[in-house]
Amino acid sequence: MISDALLLGLGYNATLVTLGAMLLGMAAGVGGTFLFLRKRALVSDAVSHATLPGVGLAFIIMVALGGDGRSLVGLLLGGAVSAGIGLLCVSWLSTRTRLAEDAAIGAVLSVFFGFGIVILTVIQSMSAGRQAGLEGFLLGSTAGMLRTDAIVLAGSAALTLLLVLLLRRPLTLAAFDPEYASASGRNVTRIDLAMMGIVLAVTVVGLKIVGLILIVALLIIPPVTARFWTERTDHVVMIAGLAGGASGYVGAATSAALPNVPTGPIIVLASFALFALSLLFAPGRGVLSSFLRHRTFQKRVHLRQGLLALAQNQPIYEGLTMRLLKRAGLVLADGVPTDAGQARAAKAMLDEARWTIVRGDHSYEAAAVLYDGLTDLETLLTTDQLRDVDAQLARPQGVGA
Amino acid sequence: MSVELATLNGQQADRTARNDSPLAVRGLTVSYGQKPAVFSVDMTVRAGAMTAIIGPNGAGKSTLLKAALGILQPLAGTVSVMGKTVADMRDSIAYVPQRASVDWDFPTRVIDVVMMGLYAQLGLLGRVRQKHRDQAMACLTRVGMADFAKRQIGQLSGGQQQRVFLARALVQDADLYLLDEPFAGVDAATEKAIIDVLKSLRDAGKTVVVVHHDLSTVTDYFDDVFLINTKAIAHGAVETTFTQENLQTTYGGRLGGAQMDALSGTLG
Repeated sequence: MISDALLLGLGYNATLVTLGAMLLGMAAGVGGTFLFLRKRALVSDAVSHATLPGVGLAFIIMVALGGDGRSLVGLLLGGAVSAGIGLLCVSWLSTRTRLAEDAAIGAVLSVFFGFGIVILTVIQSMSAGRQAGLEGFLLGSTAGMLRTDAIVLAGSAALTLLLVLLLRRPLTLAAFDPEYASASGRNVTRIDLAMMGIVLAVTVVGLKIVGLILIVALLIIPPVTARFWTERTDHVVMIAGLAGGASGYVGAATSAALPNVPTGPIIVLASFALFALSLLFAPGRGVLSSFLRHRTFQKRVHLRQGLLALAQNQPIYEGLTMRLLKRAGLVLADGVPTDAGQARAAKAMLDEARWTIVRGDHSYEAAAVLYDGLTDLETLLTTDQLRDVDAQLARPQGVGA
Repeated sequence: MSVELATLNGQQADRTARNDSPLAVRGLTVSYGQKPAVFSVDMTVRAGAMTAIIGPNGAGKSTLLKAALGILQPLAGTVSVMGKTVADMRDSIAYVPQRASVDWDFPTRVIDVVMMGLYAQLGLLGRVRQKHRDQAMACLTRVGMADFAKRQIGQLSGGQQQRVFLARALVQDADLYLLDEPFAGVDAATEKAIIDVLKSLRDAGKTVVVVHHDLSTVTDYFDDVFLINTKAIAHGAVETTFTQENLQTTYGGRLGGAQMDALSGTLG
């Protein structure tokens, strides 16, 4: 069943929803990257919770006008309007009053959400309200979604994605260095507004699929996942888009195959799985890699210090140092250095002397900044540079270059 | 006091005059809350000169620069650049913010930061071509950072980060360079590299304005000095303006006798 869903074998509607969720995930990951880099990720939580009263009021208005109140576009427009008002409240509170942004987010989020729940309760008591299915907006539900709805969602997600790609330069600049952006004529307030507009669009499109409580996860987890793999903004954007798209695809397909499972949580769990894998196994910034790097480094330090001690006929007190030296065949069981040990010790002393020259000479700055007390200079300098360094070594101390 | 009054009166006089100065500020007041950080400041920067903005901590040096650039919204006052508005002349202005104003763990490489200086020229979707990359590399070479192009910015020392910021300003190929504390917390090699670049800019006819905190290097580095402590105190050539009397007024006695003695060798 699930494999059918993953291969888009569940029929036209389910396929559309799955592709829509994938596009949504990509738009959320890409748009969320700039939110994350601007360190304003939690604003999206206020935005998403602020959609609820709008969705409820839109339903009531549509029923009052004689409809059945279930038009998805109408409900989402309502959500967009109240989310927009919530966003303005957050930015007004944090720029015009002494409230910090986190406090403003907390206040707006809870008040709007509370108001929304009150409206939903009122709707429950209306005769048209029982079949409204508005609870689906809390955790996402793709069951019974109409074909036109799916097309609208997929189209909006694609448009949002396009908008982010169009604005990526100003968004990057404002996130990294807002003062410089402003000095070079960018209106940072307007760039931030555009960023929030993108977040708002992702949130509203995501309401039906992921639900308002969990959409924040789709905006934040993919960029955080991507950050483990790269040191470049454009790559973070791309990887976040891929991670978000994959989560949306897998989550929506799975929930289409298992009718009683809400879509949102599955998408979030899929996205978390990618995050957990990255956290543990990403090269460079991952936990496992940092641990291994630390262990390797520790061993190299011990070996190096041991060699320097041998070269200077100093005693070695640390057990780990001695064990490493023995294991490498550099000392015998009784602690006497082997021939190889003596050669390596002499080389270590030479490296130390070379490093002293390199670190004292500004023209070797690029190499000097990599100083860790361990690296062989042969790997960092050209043969010519090394010859110069050795020439300086041979010169008696105190004589100028 | 008489020197100061004469200077201020002089500035008062050209408040009304048409002004082609690379940077002219008139009656600028900026306040955080109810307390003005900069109060009714006039400043006319001399073209082709290197000017230091000097004053104690919290005297409004950086605020003056930011308000002149429109990064901060002033309460009052006008700013003109080469006789036009700042907005009209953006392409001729390069700004180097304080190093501490950004997060250096940001996922970006040295070369990418320098490329940001070309964003205005590239527009939203303009393709980055080899020509642009060459320009960026040439600027990194000028500040001695070409070997670092592919490094993540967080791996650099403070001085190296400052030089990357300078390279980003250089790639804009501007006429007016405004730098906020470029020598704060940098190593001697960086200080030398930066001052050499700034002097070469000045020698090429560019105008350079630097918020500066180290009084001992003012005479060596700069042509003009602008003394500020919320209000403008004095402005003019280093030889005539960087005097004990003006410094005493600017720092309000916060400079001890020993500091004054140490400076006396360099004072104009």
